[in-house]
Amino acid sequence: MSMKPFNAILIRDIKLASRSFGDVLTLVLFFIMIGVIIPFAIGPNKMLLASIAPGIIWMAAFLSSLLAIDRFFRADFEDGSLLAMRHANISLSAIAFAKLIALWVITILPLIIATPILAMMLFMDFEILIRTILSLLAGTPALIAFGGIGAAITVSLKRGGLIAPVLILPISIPILIFGISSIKANAGIGVESAAMLFLIAISLLAMVFAPFAIALALRLDQE
Amino acid sequence: MILRGANGIGKTSLLMALAGYLHIEAGLIGWEKTKQDDDEKTAYEDMHFISHQYAIKENLSLTENLKFWADMNGGSKDDVFMALEKAGLGHGADFEALMLSQGQKKRLSLARLLVSKKPIWLLDEPTSALDSEGDKWVASLIDNHLDDGGLVIAATHLDLPMKKNKRIKTIILGQDK
Repeated sequence: MSMKPFNAILIRDIKLASRSFGDVLTLVLFFIMIGVIIPFAIGPNKMLLASIAPGIIWMAAFLSSLLAIDRFFRADFEDGSLLAMRHANISLSAIAFAKLIALWVITILPLIIATPILAMMLFMDFEILIRTILSLLAGTPALIAFGGIGAAITVSLKRGGLIAPVLILPISIPILIFGISSIKANAGIGVESAAMLFLIAISLLAMVFAPFAIALALRLDQE
Repeated sequence: MILRGANGIGKTSLLMALAGYLHIEAGLIGWEKTKQDDDEKTAYEDMHFISHQYAIKENLSLTENLKFWADMNGGSKDDVFMALEKAGLGHGADFEALMLSQGQKKRLSLARLLVSKKPIWLLDEPTSALDSEGDKWVASLIDNHLDDGGLVIAATHLDLPMKKNKRIKTIILGQDK
């Protein structure tokens, strides 16, 4: 297999996202919005806010990515691109893998870049911020992989809307658990690094197996 | 091969089954390979399927749209320009596909046939939305492809103005023999 079709999908999806930049911006604004309303809801207690900040950031990233799931395969499904791609010199699972990477770049990366803004509003330590960003980098690929499976299963439904998020919520909870415990400073010696390793393991496994699941689901969608 | 028949008789379904999208309950679809040297390739990679969906991204320019399919199916940048010229879209190559009319979109999706050479063409209503010039263009595409030894299976309810050719067969679905 040559890498040309793989790169073509990657570049095209990123180019499309950069031309409809509003979609990317909406997601980032939603992400920041959660950070804006939390201090109003909880009160301006700096200590309290700082201690729950990693959890809030993970929750915001989690909810924002759930929001984006429905778009993952819909455009390519509806305009016939997915059908035509099946005759290309590339397997459907490789197509799915390329799209997962592109999706991570266009949905998650902007959120991670916006994380310092949230950190500022929540009075986070610099050190904790770095660890939060690292845990997001380690955990979000799994989030995207599971989201991709949900999106592929529901893409043929005219009004998929919230079905995919509900579908993948249960299997995504472990990512949240390990994500948070890899940040906590007072969780006990060795706990953070163990959680971090688990998080990376989940992400790697999910990224390896999800493309095959997605390819299977997309084949069934088109019947 | 021309597939004809009333609306809803199953022309598109037959094409989709041939293209490998549909699971068939009974029977067998087989493609005979002429080249033995390439074991990894499946018949599906030797096909173009041009359906009523255009597979065009409106935010990309015509060249970018076609270049994507060239990268996917094999084909160079020169092939892209040539195909756009032949499809009569050469003058607007850098415009966004958003500006295209239905007929022009159809032409752009048919231009995929010219960018990458594949022996099997499955065409679903190739002349819908096209003007009479477009009809002639599609017919000449098919003529040339047959002359090159290619295979075309087209479902249509409009007459295609092709040259007389012994290899062209018409099957009318839903009729007793």
